[in-house]
Amino acid sequence: MRIQADRDVCIGAGNCVLAAEDVFDQDDDAVVEVLQDHPGPDQESEVRNAVAQCPSGALSLVDD
Amino acid sequence: MSTTPTIPRHMQRDRFAPVPETQAARDEDDFPTIRTSLGTTARLITRYADVREVLGDAERFSNEGLPPLPTPDGEDRRAGNLLATDPPEHTRLRRLLTGEFTVKRIRRLEPRITEIVDEHLDAMEAAGPPADLVSAFALPVPSLVICELLGVPYADRDDFQTRSTRQIDLSLSLEERGRVAAESRAYMGELVDRARSAPGDDMLGMLIREHGDDLTRSELIGIASLLLIAGHETTANMLGLGTLALLRAPDQLAHVRDEPDAVAPAIEELLRFLSVVHSGIPRSVRHDTTVGGRPVAAGELLVLSLPAANRDPAATDHPDDLDVTRAVAPHVAFGHGVHHCLGAPLARAEMAVAFPALLRRFPGLALGIPFDEVEFRSATVVHGLRALPVTW
Ligand code: HEM
Ligand code: SF4
Repeated sequence: MRIQADRDVCIGAGNCVLAAEDVFDQDDDAVVEVLQDHPGPDQESEVRNAVAQCPSGALSLVDD
Repeated sequence: MSTTPTIPRHMQRDRFAPVPETQAARDEDDFPTIRTSLGTTARLITRYADVREVLGDAERFSNEGLPPLPTPDGEDRRAGNLLATDPPEHTRLRRLLTGEFTVKRIRRLEPRITEIVDEHLDAMEAAGPPADLVSAFALPVPSLVICELLGVPYADRDDFQTRSTRQIDLSLSLEERGRVAAESRAYMGELVDRARSAPGDDMLGMLIREHGDDLTRSELIGIASLLLIAGHETTANMLGLGTLALLRAPDQLAHVRDEPDAVAPAIEELLRFLSVVHSGIPRSVRHDTTVGGRPVAAGELLVLSLPAANRDPAATDHPDDLDVTRAVAPHVAFGHGVHHCLGAPLARAEMAVAFPALLRRFPGLALGIPFDEVEFRSATVVHGLRALPVTW
């Protein structure tokens, strides 16, 4: 599982950071930064939460 | 039932919940037509997926379709008001502001939030029971947090608080509230002028230092006013209603009080369950299109019932039950899409400090009157309580 984050779409709401702090961060302009783009199985549920809670649709998961 | 027929349907509540007709609309074939507080008609959208579809698509659904507000002073009230603009103008303004509301920036405010919360709990404790939790705690805490954000000097804070409480006091005449709103705007003008000549370390100061050239005076006043309007009553009513909801569920209250890890998920559940914002700004349909496969016509207004969406059984199991231990259910209490609440990280931080501090300070906290006598008020943009008498 890999995380894709579209930094042009992100509106900086920070929901992802609150949902999965070890996976997402925000830069100084609040735009999402992915800290680990291949989260481990133990992080899967929080990452799925983060994707579901992202209000802008900036985050997606791809299988690879 | 706490409703009267004159209140627009999407604002009518049966205590915490939307009224049964609004809940039932999720199962109807068509979107009901309702009357808005502006006297126009609108279609009511109630399903979780439909509300997300509309909020998530600013290209098909516009925030700019409402008649402009009357402006006695001839000033542009939309300047700086994110909620009244569509992309690309919205994107420009929002990008300037988001940096001030990152999770990290808000964490830096947490010690001040804790001090503000503790000061109010100290005052309640010193005065002794009973107390009105709304006026002693729920209203002043978010108002003072906004003072911190905007850098309101200590000497001005009492007046600032009196004004911000009067601005939302329903017992005042419309005329009187309008006058207070004008005073409040005038004060924001002074604050902006002061910050432009000597920007401080607060958010307004940073905004001016970092983006002073990109923002006009009217825009800065509009932003400051929006932060007050959007951030005060919302958080205040979450604190008041949230405490009441927890007092009705003592096991859940004890869980939030005693388990630090329980606080964050409990706040999401309270946001979902209470959905204090009845609906955001009504969206106007740009071209004939569909929502959830059903047609809506160009020019129609769509009112999105956030509480109905958040109680959609298609999105959440047993949606009408408060359950602070449930696996976090995604909700639209902060909206969705490009207008998703800018202040969400701040509101969450305020609640994460305030709820456990209140419950731990007064482990014997109890309602001071029978539940049936608690006065809800829903006739404003935000659902809430007139007062919350408590003892301990
Ligand atoms: C628990 C408390 C809060 C709730 C439930 C809440 C809810 C909402 C909702 C539903 C919207 C979207 C409205 C729409 O799309 O029409 C919104 C937008 C907004 N909120 Fe909040 N809010 C809260 C606290 C705050 C705070 C503390 C602030 C700032 C100090 C704030 C600032 C804003 C701003 C500026 C917007 C407009 C964003 C935009 O249009 O891009 N809110 N809020
Ligand atoms: S939740 Fe979505 S919009 Fe918010 S910061 Fe994360 S990626 Fe950006």
